[in-house]
Amino acid sequence: MTGFLSFIPRAVGQGIPLLFGCTGEIITEKSGNLNLGIPGVMYVGAISGVIGSFFYENSVGEGSMNAFLAIMIPVLCSLLGSFLMGMLYCFLTVTLRANQNVTGLAMTTFGVGFGNFFGGSLIKLSNLDVPTIALSKTSSYFSATLPFAKNLGWFGEIFLSYGFLAYLAIIVAVAAAMIIKKTRVGLHLRAVGESPATADAMGINVTAYKYFATVLGCMIAGLGGLYYVMDYASGVWSNDAFGDRGWLAIALVIFTIWRADIGILASILFGGLYILYLYIPTGMEHMELKELYKMIPYVVTIIVLIVTSMRNRREDQPPASLGLNYFREER
Amino acid sequence: MEKPQAAVSMRNIVKTFGKGVYANRDVDLDIYHGEILSLLGENGSGKTTLMNMLSGIYYPDEGEIFINSKPVSINSPKDAYELGIGMVHQHFKLVDVLTAAENIVLGLDGALDLNKAKEKIREICARYGFEVDPDKKIYSMSVSEKQTVEIVKVLYRGADILILDEPTAVLTPQETKKLFEIMRNMKKDGKALVIITHKLAEVMEISDRVAILRQGKYVGTLITKNTSPKEMTDMMVGRKVELGIERPEPIDPKLRLRISNLSVTDAEGIQKLKNINLDIYSGEILGIAGISGCGQKELLESVAGLQKVDSGSIIYYDDDGTEKELVGMDPVKIKELGVALSFVPEDRLGMGLVGDMDLSDNMMLRSFRDGKGVFTDRKSPHERAEKIVKQLHVDTPGIETPVRKLSGGNIQKVLVGRELYLRPSVLMTAYVVRGLDINSSYTIYDLIVFQKLSGTAVIFVGEDLDVLLQISDRVCVLCDGQVNGILDGRKAEKSEVGLLMTSLAENHESVSEPAYAKTGSDPEKEGGN
Repeated sequence: MTGFLSFIPRAVGQGIPLLFGCTGEIITEKSGNLNLGIPGVMYVGAISGVIGSFFYENSVGEGSMNAFLAIMIPVLCSLLGSFLMGMLYCFLTVTLRANQNVTGLAMTTFGVGFGNFFGGSLIKLSNLDVPTIALSKTSSYFSATLPFAKNLGWFGEIFLSYGFLAYLAIIVAVAAAMIIKKTRVGLHLRAVGESPATADAMGINVTAYKYFATVLGCMIAGLGGLYYVMDYASGVWSNDAFGDRGWLAIALVIFTIWRADIGILASILFGGLYILYLYIPTGMEHMELKELYKMIPYVVTIIVLIVTSMRNRREDQPPASLGLNYFREER
Repeated sequence: MEKPQAAVSMRNIVKTFGKGVYANRDVDLDIYHGEILSLLGENGSGKTTLMNMLSGIYYPDEGEIFINSKPVSINSPKDAYELGIGMVHQHFKLVDVLTAAENIVLGLDGALDLNKAKEKIREICARYGFEVDPDKKIYSMSVSEKQTVEIVKVLYRGADILILDEPTAVLTPQETKKLFEIMRNMKKDGKALVIITHKLAEVMEISDRVAILRQGKYVGTLITKNTSPKEMTDMMVGRKVELGIERPEPIDPKLRLRISNLSVTDAEGIQKLKNINLDIYSGEILGIAGISGCGQKELLESVAGLQKVDSGSIIYYDDDGTEKELVGMDPVKIKELGVALSFVPEDRLGMGLVGDMDLSDNMMLRSFRDGKGVFTDRKSPHERAEKIVKQLHVDTPGIETPVRKLSGGNIQKVLVGRELYLRPSVLMTAYVVRGLDINSSYTIYDLIVFQKLSGTAVIFVGEDLDVLLQISDRVCVLCDGQVNGILDGRKAEKSEVGLLMTSLAENHESVSEPAYAKTGSDPEKEGGN
């Protein structure tokens, strides 16, 4: 039972970055943009926040930090970083009509490199022996929980033991699902992703919707990177630590059949799969099995992709013009 | 009597595309409330361009547009809607995964209240006689239902000037009749209607006046009841045109294909063909009539080796009487058997041609296996493309132009030209003139009749019954995947065919057949003589 109790919060902790990434990508894909740059965007979101809080911590000193600024500076830096990534992607694919796949992959390469470059620079600046930056004070603000949560036993452990970004992720996912499904903006967004020519003829500004959805999606995804560093990793940045969570987030979009509300459970499930290997006893003699168990989320992803591609209900299909750029003049 | 005020007046409209290419030139047009105006012209005569300027898709280079005598400037579809102009495009602008109601309110402002929208939709439907289920998804609708949604969408926005761009091209005769009834209801309601069409019979039936365009220029307006198809065609083409299709007697007909007990089930498990028995002779045109989706496509694709067959056989008879079974073959194997089969499919750019490739590469689709070793032969397809362009008068900037940039008629000429070049012994065509203007249509008919004279067995699937009865030696009517009668094309009546299309006859034996189909039905006997 204690094993299970400690497993759930860790699975959720692993799942939240995936949820941010997944929600962001769902909003983006609903507009017909297949943004494969999400892994890079999440890196940029993370490192931008780290840069902001690094300079804030260093300039005022740990003792005199203001809780509000300690949260707002990294959040705004992170949003700005991923906003710029989103604008870059849109400028290339919507305005210049570059191939979406190539642009996305290039942005992932760029984003990961960007993160590692500035991460490395900050590590140099901080003159530490270990190749990491520890922003423990900032992290303590991000991972602060309700003061009475600890007194509530298993309930507090499972539901109330997370920092505010985790709850934000769930609120954003629910809100995204509602907006896409119920509102006029959501209807128009779906129309843009399904058939931009139709949307255009009905007087919907296709370019604006694509820009807005993609940039917003990037900003949400970027928060996933920030959550990972500030809360999950306790403020410790080390290069490449974020790993391939961005790709899992993209795979989750297919798994959830483009529904942000399903994404909440799916990302926690995948978060659990991601760390499941730690909970499968192997004994000391067979440590190599652990490496095999690490494959579980990827194996499940492949199985899920196979299963989802066999479904053929029209409502469960990707937006019809996903990955295609829209030219008004084209016949 | 005072002249009524025009709903729309267009004066001296000029529209150019690129340098010096006039799509419209000095066009004057008046549209009145409570009337149906036909806009007639060949492909590329600028009908759709002209109407697109009313609906806000294009903006005229010169000229003025008046709505109810007030000068207006229409810059976007939204502007057009605000002025009460709505256009139903030839290619529907609908989102497949959304419901009818969601599509209808798309692009409007304000809070999304689908229940209120549905109520209003039902009101409109009741008023004009539409049948629309607001909750039905577009992808599960038939073409005619989709068209209805488009029209309701326009009316929902309060349009009182409606433009329908070739609305009947995709409809069955029954659906067309229903549409015309609705159009008459709208006319009674005081709406101004414009219908763009190629079909002269429909112009005569539905419209009050006909405006004719030729090469972008306005030729004139006729009062429908005072004119004739002949006069309209002459005005449209600018010279005298012969509207008849030649129908020479089949020369030396021999059994070419025998389809027996053919049954086909589609991917969804629906039986598309049930026990089809059909003989096709060399030198004849066998017309296939039927409402859309009653098995024409499956029949042709079974013969072409593209459709999985449940049971039955398709025997091909060579000139010397050798039998070749086509069931279970794919197109490559059929070609290897030495059967020259040509197929002009319904979906030109989907199945027939590759839109992004140029003319000569499209020719190569049929000959890419020729050539030495690993290299393809590129020279002869190029020559072939040049020949086809010259002989069929394909209007193209060059051989290197991607075919999707050509107009519908020219795309079809390239496809038909390529298939005929192979000197097929069996030629199958599906809706070969769909979307083509009169001149191009008759060019294609001539080509098909010429093939027949050179001994080809032609299977002609058509939707225009008038043409079908003019061109076919025999007409096979399909209903619900069954052969519901085979008629003599020279004697059959349109009403007779229409009846067979819609209701299964109790006795589906052939009603009447020409002599050769009865006597020449046994090739073995003939070979023995």
